[in-house]
Amino acid sequence: MSSVLYDAPGPRAKLRNKILTVLFVILLALVAWWVWLKMDDKSQLEWSLWEPFTTSQAWTTYLLPGLADTLKAAGLAMVISLPLGGLFGIARLSDHTWVRVPAGVVVEFFRSIPVLLLMLFANEVFARSTDVSTEDRPMFAVVTGLVLYNASVLAEVVRAGILALPKGQTEAAQAIGLRKGQTMSTILLPQAVTVMLPAIVSQLVVIVKDTALGGVMLQFTDLLNARSTLAANYGNVVQSFVVVAIIYIIVNFIITSFAGWLEQRLRRGKKSTGAVIPTAAVGGTTATGGEGGGAPGLGTYVEKRDT
Amino acid sequence: MFDFLSNYDDPSLLGAFWMTVKLTVFSAVGSLVWGTMLAAMRVSPVPLMRGFGTAYVNLVRNIPLTVIIVFTSLGLADIFGMTMGAPDDFKVQNFRLAVLGFVAYTAAFVCEAIRSGINTVPVGQAEAARAIGLSFGQVLRLIVLPQAFRAVIGPLANVLIALTKNTTVAAAIGVAEAAYLMKEMIENEAQTLLIGAVFAFGFVVLTLPTGLFLGWLSKRLAVKR
Repeated sequence: MSSVLYDAPGPRAKLRNKILTVLFVILLALVAWWVWLKMDDKSQLEWSLWEPFTTSQAWTTYLLPGLADTLKAAGLAMVISLPLGGLFGIARLSDHTWVRVPAGVVVEFFRSIPVLLLMLFANEVFARSTDVSTEDRPMFAVVTGLVLYNASVLAEVVRAGILALPKGQTEAAQAIGLRKGQTMSTILLPQAVTVMLPAIVSQLVVIVKDTALGGVMLQFTDLLNARSTLAANYGNVVQSFVVVAIIYIIVNFIITSFAGWLEQRLRRGKKSTGAVIPTAAVGGTTATGGEGGGAPGLGTYVEKRDT
Repeated sequence: MFDFLSNYDDPSLLGAFWMTVKLTVFSAVGSLVWGTMLAAMRVSPVPLMRGFGTAYVNLVRNIPLTVIIVFTSLGLADIFGMTMGAPDDFKVQNFRLAVLGFVAYTAAFVCEAIRSGINTVPVGQAEAARAIGLSFGQVLRLIVLPQAFRAVIGPLANVLIALTKNTTVAAAIGVAEAAYLMKEMIENEAQTLLIGAVFAFGFVVLTLPTGLFLGWLSKRLAVKR
């Protein structure tokens, strides 16, 4: 295998690689052994601490309801922020300065604020000026915070998606006499949706991860919050963290794989223009992950293929 | 209008944002070091190292940062007794634990940014360099890294800005940074909107100039191909 950094290995390089492999195995084994010793030292390896996860009670009482709430909040946030993001994304491409500039300011503002601040703020506003019940409030606050942040991220995705389309599409639409609104709704948007689908799906990973903030800071009954009730009951802090982390990894892995599969499919599709926004390309939505997000004012990278 | 600010001195408004800056700087340096090491593993010719790098990145990227940060406090400190060299001072201990968590998490993204930077260098560049007889070190030092470094600034800037915003998660383990103070203030004071605006403004001030400057720099230094 040859790459930009090294050529196909010869006999000496092969030997050196083997030695490095052995050294690395020893290093990894030492680390694993140290972790094992530490765990054993604090008697965290006792089967009684892991056993609850083999019973159905731990799952039906704590973990699954928590996971359901996590997915519910994430799904709601996605469903609400998509149309909002679409609206702002298109508004940023408007020909009218009085539409384009305010939309740009709103998008850049919400993109540069941590999502936790938005959640805390929304929580307090709901508590003071609305009659949302105390049980529902954390969910409302989490979803509101996520929507405000992710709508502005998705606005960038939509904008990049539309800009990624070949210019000929707009020109052809203009040539046959379509108006601006018609061009957008019948020519550009339908194509842009397929282009940006992978980026949108992988933004879901960010949303799922961000719901955990509500679990700690707002007592939202999500998976992470369910973990603390579970650990309080069984007294297995470390074990519950391991299990919950694995659940998050599996959920997010499924979403990421789906996004990757979509991207592959769209790239191969004959009907598409061939322009696809790679899942990690838009101003760091997945590139930065987590509560990440792009740099305000940083251009979005768009991969474009000539048609 | 801003009278209520004087009721808070531990932390004060500026103190809280200073804590945010400190968290960001320490975590940025740490994750740059660990992330570069991970990136080196991910592009190394040894399959096992590549596998480890890939596994680390894919696992850590899919765990919520909140889970990692809370675990450093409830797991590493409380169960395993990792006091981070400050067994008596919980403020210092939580700060260091938070930095540890941020480094572990952010390094995965730093690694991806660096790797994507290296991947932008066309293979032909290195092949040409080898063809004129440069050694591995020379290829790396004279040809590949200078180009990769310039391509990496943009993605790394995104990671840095995301990290600045992510430091708010440290409030979950009681580090007295901006989100921690905002939670306290917004629950106790009447001026909800004003408090929200003050903290939002603080973060805009922290992230916007960094983003604009590094964005300008990455465009300026980008290798034209």
